[in-house]
Amino acid sequence: MMRGLLGGLAKPFTQTAGLARWMLVAGLVLTAAFVVMAVFAPWVAPYGFAQSAADGARFPKAGPPGADHWFGTDRLFFDVLSRTIWGARTALEVVVLSILFCVAIGVPLGLISGYHGGWLDRILVLVMDAVFAFPSFLLAIVFSFLLTNLLGGSVIAVALSLTAIYIPQYFRVVRNTTVSAKEATYVEAARAMGASDGVIMRRYLFGNVVQSVPVLGTLNAADAILTLAGLGFLGLGIQSTDAAEWGHDLNRALADAGSGIWWTGLFPGLAIVLLVTGLTLVGEGLNETLNPTLRRRRLLPVVMPARAETTITGEEQQ
Amino acid sequence: MPTKPEPQAWQDPLIDVRDLSVHFELRGGILARLFGSDTGTVKAVDGVTLTVGRGEVVGLVGESGSGKSTLGRALLGLVPATDGSILFHGDDVAEMSRRRLRAIRRDIQMVFQDPNAALNPAMTVEEATGDALRVHGMKSAAERRARVVEALEKVGLSPVELFLSKYPRDLSGGQKQRVVLARAIILDPEVLVADEPISMLDMSVRAKILQLMLDLKQELGLTYVYITHDLASAKYFCDRIAIMYLGRVVEIGPTDEIFANPRHPYTRALLKAIPEPDPERALPRDLLRGEIPDAASPPLGCSFHPRCPEAFEKCGWESRDLRAVIEEHWTRQPADVYGAESDTVGDLAHLDTPATVARIGGKGAESAREILHRMRSERPDEPFWRGVDRVDDDGPGIRVVFHPGEDPALRSSDGVEVACLLYPESS
Ligand SMILES: Nc1ncnc2c1ncn2[C@@H]1O[C@H](COP(=O)(O)OP(=O)(O)OP(=O)(O)O)[C@@H](O)[C@H]1O
Ligand SMILES: [Mg+2]
Repeated sequence: MMRGLLGGLAKPFTQTAGLARWMLVAGLVLTAAFVVMAVFAPWVAPYGFAQSAADGARFPKAGPPGADHWFGTDRLFFDVLSRTIWGARTALEVVVLSILFCVAIGVPLGLISGYHGGWLDRILVLVMDAVFAFPSFLLAIVFSFLLTNLLGGSVIAVALSLTAIYIPQYFRVVRNTTVSAKEATYVEAARAMGASDGVIMRRYLFGNVVQSVPVLGTLNAADAILTLAGLGFLGLGIQSTDAAEWGHDLNRALADAGSGIWWTGLFPGLAIVLLVTGLTLVGEGLNETLNPTLRRRRLLPVVMPARAETTITGEEQQ
Repeated sequence: MPTKPEPQAWQDPLIDVRDLSVHFELRGGILARLFGSDTGTVKAVDGVTLTVGRGEVVGLVGESGSGKSTLGRALLGLVPATDGSILFHGDDVAEMSRRRLRAIRRDIQMVFQDPNAALNPAMTVEEATGDALRVHGMKSAAERRARVVEALEKVGLSPVELFLSKYPRDLSGGQKQRVVLARAIILDPEVLVADEPISMLDMSVRAKILQLMLDLKQELGLTYVYITHDLASAKYFCDRIAIMYLGRVVEIGPTDEIFANPRHPYTRALLKAIPEPDPERALPRDLLRGEIPDAASPPLGCSFHPRCPEAFEKCGWESRDLRAVIEEHWTRQPADVYGAESDTVGDLAHLDTPATVARIGGKGAESAREILHRMRSERPDEPFWRGVDRVDDDGPGIRVVFHPGEDPALRSSDGVEVACLLYPESS
């Protein structure tokens, strides 16, 4: 049991080689660093994300990086290093929540749609394709606009608007694999055994159709970070006093850039770039190992035995 | 050591299939779908009547596409019956609600052809076998495990502990088929529908699996419907055999009688196709000519007549047979003769619409007649010519008129039932 689990976890490493393995390892290291920052933000960050004074002393306004504030402070007296670290927590919360929502809604919908077919399937496919065809960032803007009015500028509202734009992908992948998997003999065998549709979907199809979801999740996570930052940059979504959010900080840093205050923009921007790179590398690395159509097998080069020199080649050389 | 039919098997029918038909609608291309028109139906099972007695082994034998699997699946209600009834314990499976059907599958189980595909790759042997119990409401995992162990022992997978936590990919084909059998018997069913259970297995394990199935039958008092295209294994295994062709039962009777005294020309052809292990006794095998016709538009009359060496007037000759005969004739001609003749005869595509009158030619009746004449003198024993009633002139061509055909029903003939016009009702 334990060994099987470990073997499964190690599969991406054992089955990759060369560049693919390095991509995966580099991605995992980068991502893990951000996850640690996010989880332990209260201990790692020197100050709170909306803290403008410590021990009764007010922080300098837009002070440059120094011993007290490694990454400097911004115009609202906030410590940039702390905000960057707390930003990782916000990003992680939003992305994890949105992936959870996507899986919780997209997978069952895809399963039911693919299994039952008929008009329900047609309508769902149509709706999902329409959502998918829509420019995703535009959709995110519309949704976060609507949802922030409804739920306030909370993490949940932003996560839900990201969910709306990524659901079609989960739906599609699961629905298409279900359509092909339900023709398998083992599904008919389950039916012949007396299993109901619910049992067939839960115990026979689910395990076989969710296999591509982790890859989709990591690939979408990178995109979700960018969308989240984009929304924050446009001033939609989470406000600075509710949580630290890189995109929002970048927006405020825009005004600083002209007056030579580089540190307020550089660090949140760098954080976005690094985390997105890390997640993309993990996603691609996983894709390479788990997706058999993409996987290039490690083939041994075929070595031909040396051929004896023949008269024909001799003549050709002349 | 096939178990012989017990006389009371007839008195105690367990499954009673009456005039069962299962038709599949064929959907055409995009246009046909857009206008909601279908381009035809496949009569996978077309009016089958069959009784299976308690404790009997009934074989369904036929070539690919004859509807054996569809009939077998219909017995469990896995495909909806278009017409007719399937009485099991006096209830009609064809009319049951989904809930009733799920309950009845406790008593009728199925074994599939491909053991590699019949097991969920994500389930261990224990889960796969025990799931049948779980589906039928056994909640306790410990109870299930006890039953699973018992079932695995019955199918000869021991030591059981070694197999419980294995995945299908860790097992050999024969072991997988044993797991499939264990899953089928774990609910203590009365009937097992076995759809070519050994055809995907290695030669070396085939006999073992068949023997296991016979042992299980003895031990558990099972009734088998055994589906196969291999008459040799049916001889070993079955009490009675039903020969199927294009969705119909064309001959049915006790195994010994079918082998000793085959009536239907199709049965005889199948018997001849069994490889003879003893080269001394091997006869020259004339295999069936032609292909199995398209089930979406079966031949008129007896559907076997285009391939039948003994067909005569009433067998249902028609335009498509004429096309086949002409084209077969051309395969034997040199290129220049073929060119001249195909020019005279003209386009043959219209012959594909089945009709008992066929028009050919367009360059004068005489030349077309001449070609027919030449073909006939070349192959005078071709059964096709028995079906031609007369040839009339028809403008620039000729009209070939066939004898009216008859669709043979299953009739009893000395202990067996056979659907062939050569065997009229013996009363
Ligand atoms: N679900 C389906 N939809 C449409 N046509 C079908 C379907 N299932 C079977 N058929 C058609 O019904 C006919 C009989 O099929 P069936 O599988 O019962 O044959 P079979 O005797 O079991 O053949 P085989 O030896 O190849 O298994 C075939 O022409 C097949 O194409
Ligand atoms: Mg079949």
